[in-house]
Amino acid sequence: MDRQWMMFRSAPWTARFGLTIIVLYLAVAVLAPVIAPFGEREIVGAQYQVWSKAHPLGTDNLGRDMLTRMIYGARNTVAIALLTTALAFLVGCILGMTAAVVGGWFDQALSRFNDMLMAIPGLIFAMLLLTILGTSIPSLIFVIAVVDMTRVFRLSRAVAVDIVVMDYIEAAQLRGDRLPRLILKEILPNASAPLIAEFGLRFVFVFLSISALSFLGLGIQPPTADWGSMVRENATLMTYGDITPLIPASAIALLTVAVNFVVDWKLHIASGLKE
Amino acid sequence: MTEFLLTMRGLSIEGRTEAGWSQIVRGIDLDLARGEVLGFIGESGAGKSTLGLAAMGFVRGGCRFSGGSIRFDGVELMEADQELLRRLRGARIAYVAQSAAASFNPAHRLVDQYCETPVRHGIMNRAEAERRALEHYRQMNLPEPETIGFRYPHQVSGGQLQRAMTAMAMASRPDLIIFDEPTTALDVTTQIEVLASIREIVELYGTSAIYISHDLAVVAQMADRIKVLLRGDEVEEAATRVMLEDPQQNYTKSLWAVRTFRREEQVPPSAGTRPVVEIRDVDASYGAVKVLHGVNFAIHARHTVAVVGESGSGKSTVARVVTGLLAPTAGEVLLEGQPLPKRFRERSKHQLRQIQMIYQMADTALNPKIRIREIIGYPARFYLGLKGRALDQRVREILSMIGLEPDAFIDRLPGELSGGQKQRIGIARALAAEPDFIICDEVTSALDQIVAEGILRLLDQLQSELDLAYMLITHDLATVRAIADEVVVMKSGKVVEQGRKAQVFSPPHHPYTELLLSSVPEMDADWLSGVLASRGGRLDLSGGT
Repeated sequence: MDRQWMMFRSAPWTARFGLTIIVLYLAVAVLAPVIAPFGEREIVGAQYQVWSKAHPLGTDNLGRDMLTRMIYGARNTVAIALLTTALAFLVGCILGMTAAVVGGWFDQALSRFNDMLMAIPGLIFAMLLLTILGTSIPSLIFVIAVVDMTRVFRLSRAVAVDIVVMDYIEAAQLRGDRLPRLILKEILPNASAPLIAEFGLRFVFVFLSISALSFLGLGIQPPTADWGSMVRENATLMTYGDITPLIPASAIALLTVAVNFVVDWKLHIASGLKE
Repeated sequence: MTEFLLTMRGLSIEGRTEAGWSQIVRGIDLDLARGEVLGFIGESGAGKSTLGLAAMGFVRGGCRFSGGSIRFDGVELMEADQELLRRLRGARIAYVAQSAAASFNPAHRLVDQYCETPVRHGIMNRAEAERRALEHYRQMNLPEPETIGFRYPHQVSGGQLQRAMTAMAMASRPDLIIFDEPTTALDVTTQIEVLASIREIVELYGTSAIYISHDLAVVAQMADRIKVLLRGDEVEEAATRVMLEDPQQNYTKSLWAVRTFRREEQVPPSAGTRPVVEIRDVDASYGAVKVLHGVNFAIHARHTVAVVGESGSGKSTVARVVTGLLAPTAGEVLLEGQPLPKRFRERSKHQLRQIQMIYQMADTALNPKIRIREIIGYPARFYLGLKGRALDQRVREILSMIGLEPDAFIDRLPGELSGGQKQRIGIARALAAEPDFIICDEVTSALDQIVAEGILRLLDQLQSELDLAYMLITHDLATVRAIADEVVVMKSGKVVEQGRKAQVFSPPHHPYTELLLSSVPEMDADWLSGVLASRGGRLDLSGGT
């Protein structure tokens, strides 16, 4: 813990800012039921009430408390994004690194199939799959994970290809190491820096994809609160010069910026640059 | 009073470390007369290259001058502005780097890179520069000097590239050239050509030079005077012949002594003994290209067989066939009299354990993210099933065997070790499998001479303690002389000569063995001239028989 604290202290202000924001978001997501003034789906007043003491951010199109929805939205959107990114990385890395180690036709088959998937525009592909599979949270996670996996596959394969040619990998193969140990013990620790950086970036993209799909009505379904659909649901207010719909949007923007600050810092450390 | 071309007085250079600035060059004095060649010698970290670059008024990033003076032809470089330095560099002071392959821009033709400096400095126009390039390529004994300039760096060999680089340094007829280990990355047979060409052109133009190398025998051929450096300090300086015959300091003497290490030759195995590993009529190819032709030899317990040859001779391919990385197209490899499956994936755990390998580059041979405990411990656990206390005990025992203090090293990462220590860990990893046979692939060629000698002594000691059989792949005949029992000389995938060391190394030689042997620099300032004279005054540029 001391070491982490030291690292935090020595980090540039951008990274500290980013980390603080991320921790704040996580805290809000975890503690949602405790800190939210009302229930997630509770209708507490009239439609589109203005900001007041009782409802600091007003109410939405159905008369639910905006602040409460924001807090629960953090929980839903962040948790789903995290799960999706984790799934994309788990499968993408395993396939990518296996392709790099095994090589030959196995690598060719996987890589070309992956290229094929990547050739289809991501959002359209996701919408297509969601139309087929139906819009539920598990299918949303699965679909976005598949779309993002293609990028993870490419990166992890490229990184692993450079590591596989090292003598220590040859030594491990000659020793008789099996594939799982080779990937977990020999390759992964050396590939972690670019992968962590990519994880941060992917997380942001997944987040945006979920919000975009929710905005289009294919993502997280009402009455579950999520920032993307909240922008859409309250978009009418924009016409009246009210900035309330921009609040969920800026929550997304802020997290994006925060994650990228941290990722930049991680990349900086990984590339061995100081300051 | 003679005016020296280059004078340094009390030059100090500092480098930035985590703990602040530390001195990497301490108060060096130097005088270089016109037309004189000064050699720098020392291990890595001695400050040779830093000092060489300082002669151009340059320090690497993260370093700074901290005192003293550098005068080049009456100009104080320490106080010179960038514009003046820029005009001097390339035009009056040139630099030849260790790896020509890495220093040439792969996207431009050789002649374009040759012309860049003189044209930029306004010394001559492009047409004149090209004419001069031709002249210099000819003087550097490059083949087809008329057309070689129009090739790209990857289209010429390493030795040719190094000569092209020297020609390039000569482009604006500089007063001073700094050669930073120009032949270290080359085979002995190529090295001799490059050395001869460099010496010829430096003498022809009366250029002053600083020649940096860790190989004393090479410096002895090139330099009029030698300066010995150790960790940024000058140990001693003397004229080459004086230095060779009568070194004053103990450190210098130890540098000299490295080349004298000789192990006692083993008694030849009696006729009936079964060899540990036997290679029978092996052919191998990469795709359609056949790289091994009927290779035959055997390695007995407690014996070291050295496989020597230039790069491309197929010596590393033999190792790949033995380890099972490359399946032979004909013939077989026997372990303890039993034929081995062709590919390592089909071999049993016992067979894999018996054949271990030590790599040339310890940097890439050890996983930088795994601690020493696991690097050595894993093979012992994997092959021999050691666990817990017994495993810890075994790792400590092996560390002691390779001469590293267990408590100090067991929890380190490879990045926290010196080059020699890393190579020792590479050896330890092989030992942990308790093999009968170890392949040593150029294990000392990336190391300084003193460190390399330590590694050779360690290998020798382990062999007698553990009855190991070694296959030593090397292009360095000094290593072969030191620890080999038998020698296999390879050229273009064929064995051209093989037998006991004494027999291979004493006349009559196969012509190729003769060429290899005569190309190894000796500790004699007249060696190069002698060899060139005996080869009829000109070089055998084909490098062949």
